[in-house]
Amino acid sequence: MKTAVVVFPGTNCEHDVVHALESLGGEAELVWHRNTDLSGFDGVVLPGGFAHGDYLRTGAIARFSPVMAEVERMAEQGAPVLGICNGFQVLCESGLLPGALIANRDLAFICRFVAVEVADTETILTRSADRGQRVDIPLNSYEGNWVDPSGTGRVVLRYVDEPNGSQRSAAAVSNEDGNVVGVMPHPERAIDELVGSTGGTVLLKSFLESLVPA
Amino acid sequence: MKVTVEITRRHEIADPQGATITRALRDLGHEGIDEVRVDRVIHLDINGDDPVVVTEQVDQMCRQLLANPVLEDFTIEVDR
Repeated sequence: MKTAVVVFPGTNCEHDVVHALESLGGEAELVWHRNTDLSGFDGVVLPGGFAHGDYLRTGAIARFSPVMAEVERMAEQGAPVLGICNGFQVLCESGLLPGALIANRDLAFICRFVAVEVADTETILTRSADRGQRVDIPLNSYEGNWVDPSGTGRVVLRYVDEPNGSQRSAAAVSNEDGNVVGVMPHPERAIDELVGSTGGTVLLKSFLESLVPA
Repeated sequence: MKVTVEITRRHEIADPQGATITRALRDLGHEGIDEVRVDRVIHLDINGDDPVVVTEQVDQMCRQLLANPVLEDFTIEVDR
């Protein structure tokens, strides 16, 4: 089973994601944003970075990259689709996830480990975790403040100590079916004690365990 | 035709930039500031001579890309 890791111009976390998924026993391959055929893949990750320079709004241009039609198709078919940080912003802009991400409440770029708590285990990011389980993963964003005027978003992970103004303390959000998830902190940067935490392991293992042959 | 699009964040959505500028202006001694909000203006130069058609075209651009309907409203002004 293979995961496509999408690379937009300005993406910068793609190698971390591939490394993390492979370290956990998965198979992952980088896919350029102009690719229009993801038929060989069973899941997709939109990694962090600054897709298309974050011009206009974060994720606003990326959502029209050619690959996104395939990402939308996979999302509709129930395949696991995970957006991390900037990938989360792209998924909101594309309408695959509710709400939008705006600048952090205090306009601070936040770069540190945060504790998050699992609020919902029926999603591709949390199916192997326990409800209420706490993990430490690093936050690394300026526009991580999730707003959801519709109030319909499913909160998957909650910040234990909300750092950025995010509504309902959401650190990760899911669509109704639980197969499309956006997460603001970076699970792929916390899979080894060497870098301070293995908190991301249970989350990315959940993703890998959610893959079913396309 | 010169077209000006003004994109404004809906009032119920927080504007952290505006809030920070409000604090800075108050720190500088400016009094009486109730609120500051930062919005976005986009200037377009569009080939066309019918303001109705051009407005429609820009309206489509706003709905598709220039504004985020979750957060923002927009107004279009065509320089006739």
